[in-house]
Amino acid sequence: MRISDFDLYKDLLKEKSGLTLTPDKSYLLDSRLTPVARKWNCPNLEAMTHILRGMPSSDLVKDVVEAMTTNETSFFRDLKPFDQFRDVILPHMTKSRPSKKLRIWCAACSTGQEPYSLAMLLKENAAKLSGWQFEIIGTDIDTSVIEQAKKGEYSQFEVQRGLPIQMLMKYFEQKADRWALKQDIKSMVQYKHFNLLTPMAMLGKFDVVFCRNVLIYFDRETKETVLKNMSAVLPEDGFVILGGAETVLGITDVLKPMDNTRGIYIKPTCTTIAIPAAPKAAAVKA
Amino acid sequence: MPSCLVVDDSRVVRKVARRIVEDLGYACEEAEDGQKAYEACTKAMPDAILLDWNMPVMSGIEFLEKLRQMPNGKGPKVIFCTTENDMAHITRAMNAGANEYIMKPFDSEIIESKFSQIGLVTSKSA
Ligand SMILES: C[S@@+](CC[C@H](N)C(=O)[O-])C[C@H]1O[C@@H](n2cnc3c(N)ncnc32)[C@H](O)[C@@H]1O
Repeated sequence: MRISDFDLYKDLLKEKSGLTLTPDKSYLLDSRLTPVARKWNCPNLEAMTHILRGMPSSDLVKDVVEAMTTNETSFFRDLKPFDQFRDVILPHMTKSRPSKKLRIWCAACSTGQEPYSLAMLLKENAAKLSGWQFEIIGTDIDTSVIEQAKKGEYSQFEVQRGLPIQMLMKYFEQKADRWALKQDIKSMVQYKHFNLLTPMAMLGKFDVVFCRNVLIYFDRETKETVLKNMSAVLPEDGFVILGGAETVLGITDVLKPMDNTRGIYIKPTCTTIAIPAAPKAAAVKA
Repeated sequence: MPSCLVVDDSRVVRKVARRIVEDLGYACEEAEDGQKAYEACTKAMPDAILLDWNMPVMSGIEFLEKLRQMPNGKGPKVIFCTTENDMAHITRAMNAGANEYIMKPFDSEIIESKFSQIGLVTSKSA
């Protein structure tokens, strides 16, 4: 690919989705955009690039942006964030929310495994949470993954990554070769198309934001903007959960890592969240 | 080193499974049907058992029922690993005392995720 063509995609993606495309990833352009070129009846990628230089339709731009997103996800991905949600965040909320209302945002939810994992986790702990109302909002820039998330149907492969068999038995129904979430879990999550680069205030306030494995694709400035905007939709004692390879350190000080936890961030000014005790050295099993 | 018994009538599946469980830090034994697995368990009770369903001589479910009757037979964590992929089979296996259930085809990631869910390996944390 010519450098000028690479730059065209680099600028377009940066502007539309925040994706930072480095030259070592230029092979992704070929593999992911060739099918888009075919869909738009372009004989090759170059022909499509030519259209993009002119006055491309917004649908074409959307297809390009969506083709370049990485939608990798799984149920209870990395497990630890979900354990901490149950053991650290929920106990704080049950103490500090007399309204018994909690709003949770999965800010780049891909095909829905993350918000549905939270919904199942809340169901599993229903006995401790009676009278509570939970609102879980899943958003993503990619409309095709949002459609799949809404459907709530997964392949055999997908339901075996991270999902305990007991939960598959409890919360899913078999539909030919697919596994469909039951209505009671599906109805706990609302999905919307949303670009993290756009103003967030319209979404309302959130007590807890899962923003995992999406900032890694952005450059420093974009990360900073997104984190700042995100902290503005949090109450004083809100929580942000980032992915394993993501941090606020060196990017912004509107949030800080919560001591003795992993991947949880809170406002530096917050004084009402009890910090959990330092984890004991893991017992060595014989 | 913890031990894992891989029970499957396919030599190829046993070989693939052996590689994966050895990578997870298990010493691996193999058995080609439920009867052989039962005999292996009377000699030495493993920590984990990866169990196929359909096998000649003695099926996986029959073996599991017998295993759970043995003294110490409640010890091993049993993970079914079978092409049977419907809710009825899953329910039957879990009622018979299985700890997890894998629907073939599987890969190392699925086995690792199931092992960590039932505490056979410490999960990689974020
Ligand atoms: C790797 S997935 C992460 C899914 C899930 N949070 C997890 O950790 O498993 C990243 C998702 O971020 C979405 N994404 C990328 N840029 C975005 C943006 N600017 N606004 C909203 N979502 C975006 C992608 O479409 C993709 O589905």
